[in-house]
Amino acid sequence: MVSFILRRILMLFPTLLGVSIIVFLMLHITPGDPAELLLGERANEQALTEMREYLGLNRPLHEQYGLFLKRLITLDLGETIRTREKVWTEIAQRFPATIELSLAAMIISCFLGIILGVVSATRQYSIFDYLSMIGALIGVSMPIFWLGLVLMLIFSLVLGWLPMSGRLTIGVDLETITNFYVIDAILTRNWTAFKDVIWHLTLPAITLSTIPMAIVARMTRSSMLDVLRQDYIKTAKAKGLSHTTVIFKHAFRNALIPVVTTIGLQFGILMGGAILTETIFAWPGVGKWMFDAVMQRDYMVIQGGTIFIAGVFVLINLSVDVLYAVINPRISVK
Amino acid sequence: MTTPPNCSGSPNGEESRHPFFDQLDQLWRNKTAIAGLVIVLSFILIAILAPVISPHDPVDASLYDQLKPPVWYPAGTWKNILGTDDLGRDMLSRLIHGARVSLVVSVVSVGIAFAVGVILGAIAGFYKGFRDTLIMRVMDILLSFPHILLAIVVVAYLGPSLQNAMIAIGIIYIPRYARIVRASVLEECEKDYVTAARAIGARNLRIIFIAILPNCLGPLIVQTTLGFASAILDAAALSFLGLGAQPPTPEWGAMIASGRSMILRAWWVMTMPGIAILMAVLGFNLFGDGLRDALDPRLRD
Repeated sequence: MVSFILRRILMLFPTLLGVSIIVFLMLHITPGDPAELLLGERANEQALTEMREYLGLNRPLHEQYGLFLKRLITLDLGETIRTREKVWTEIAQRFPATIELSLAAMIISCFLGIILGVVSATRQYSIFDYLSMIGALIGVSMPIFWLGLVLMLIFSLVLGWLPMSGRLTIGVDLETITNFYVIDAILTRNWTAFKDVIWHLTLPAITLSTIPMAIVARMTRSSMLDVLRQDYIKTAKAKGLSHTTVIFKHAFRNALIPVVTTIGLQFGILMGGAILTETIFAWPGVGKWMFDAVMQRDYMVIQGGTIFIAGVFVLINLSVDVLYAVINPRISVK
Repeated sequence: MTTPPNCSGSPNGEESRHPFFDQLDQLWRNKTAIAGLVIVLSFILIAILAPVISPHDPVDASLYDQLKPPVWYPAGTWKNILGTDDLGRDMLSRLIHGARVSLVVSVVSVGIAFAVGVILGAIAGFYKGFRDTLIMRVMDILLSFPHILLAIVVVAYLGPSLQNAMIAIGIIYIPRYARIVRASVLEECEKDYVTAARAIGARNLRIIFIAILPNCLGPLIVQTTLGFASAILDAAALSFLGLGAQPPTPEWGAMIASGRSMILRAWWVMTMPGIAILMAVLGFNLFGDGLRDALDPRLRD
């Protein structure tokens, strides 16, 4: 298993190299002068010359890529056009917001998804099973940006229960330590802010959780059905164990293995889904920041953000693979 | 003609049937799949007949009819059954024409992905070795971006337009098809009939397209059906973000975006296109799931 994990980690490098090649090439395939693209139309001649020097545009393509890679390794993602801030600094400021939102969405979707899946499997072909599976299918068929807006219309605008956007009401003080507002509020024992933060988190998290919830529910159901058909379940029942013991101790724990993989992969996909949700709810995370950059054609941000999100995505998928190897003793290591 | 009762496993002296008919039977008995098929067919019909059946021109603005509510409101009229938007354009006509846009987008983007994916997958599986490694590594790299992010970035570089959105979605779906085809080709290549085809002197292209590919048709059809569903969703998402269809094109995602600013005054402008997307995507998903149960015995539960 150790060799499997090591090999899997080694595979990380070609993948990340590939990601960097794609991001590098995109800028060069786009028609026009890359320096002008990165600096915007209003850049003066001197800045353009400096940028061309910085990118090495007068050198052959592979040397340009070498320079690009060197900057990447030293975590130099350039500066944004809008604020002249380092791209890396801006990511570091915004990433906690994205993680907080994704984690909240993941908690909701795992909790509800697993419950729905287990109950559906134990009562296969019942009304409950039927409804929850149709519900899951509707969940994956819905445009989540639309769901977000409908929830916003109902719960913020009409009922006035939940805030429409942002992470914190203006006027509520919160001392930021980690930039994870939930944790910051707990650390500073600021319960007014805590309540406000949770309030703001609710709608975006529910919106973002829909698709993973549906997928986790479907996966849990089919995995449970698979396990419940095994002989050892029959044996356990024949021994006279109670229904609950059989379901939770014998079936559920085994059924969970593929579900954990699904959950992990969904967490990675959430990073992409966050762009839409963050944009709708004006959630100040990496997703909204990327979207704003696309709108303002801030290519340094697009480049840096893409590499960063893809890197996180690859790392999450790697951890899922490793976790899968750890929890599944039957894994075939080829 | 009366259909004999289905007795699986006992031929009863009948001629043995091609498995295709059993699959068709199974699909036909799957009520949710048939419901999906009905939705899909209505969606396609509406899209094709859009200019004939829509009561008004979808881009014709009318200053006197701005934000008229649907017919069941006191202020609603039969002239605009589902109301009008902020420019006085008929919602129903825009929704009907939106089906057309979504159908074109999904056919083109899935078509791109299908064509490129099948060819790359076949090359990788058939020739193996260096070509296989190279192609599949590139596929892995495409899969190492969250897919909507990749689509957004591709459009950000190409420039926002419906055409570029279709290209972007086409590119991000390529790995799905390449993987299916490669796996089937690898499996089928070992079989005797391929050796036999080779022995009678069939050329590689003939072996791939005539002998091997028909064998992975099942998973490909399933993936294509489900691909239409996600293409409609992704295209709507790109248009919602302003990266796909541009005004005044009646595209569902773009309509949701434009309805956002009047969400309280006129909920129908934003809500109805979402329901249209939901219905179309649900249809393809229901039908695709049914197809998978019927065509791919490995995935049955």
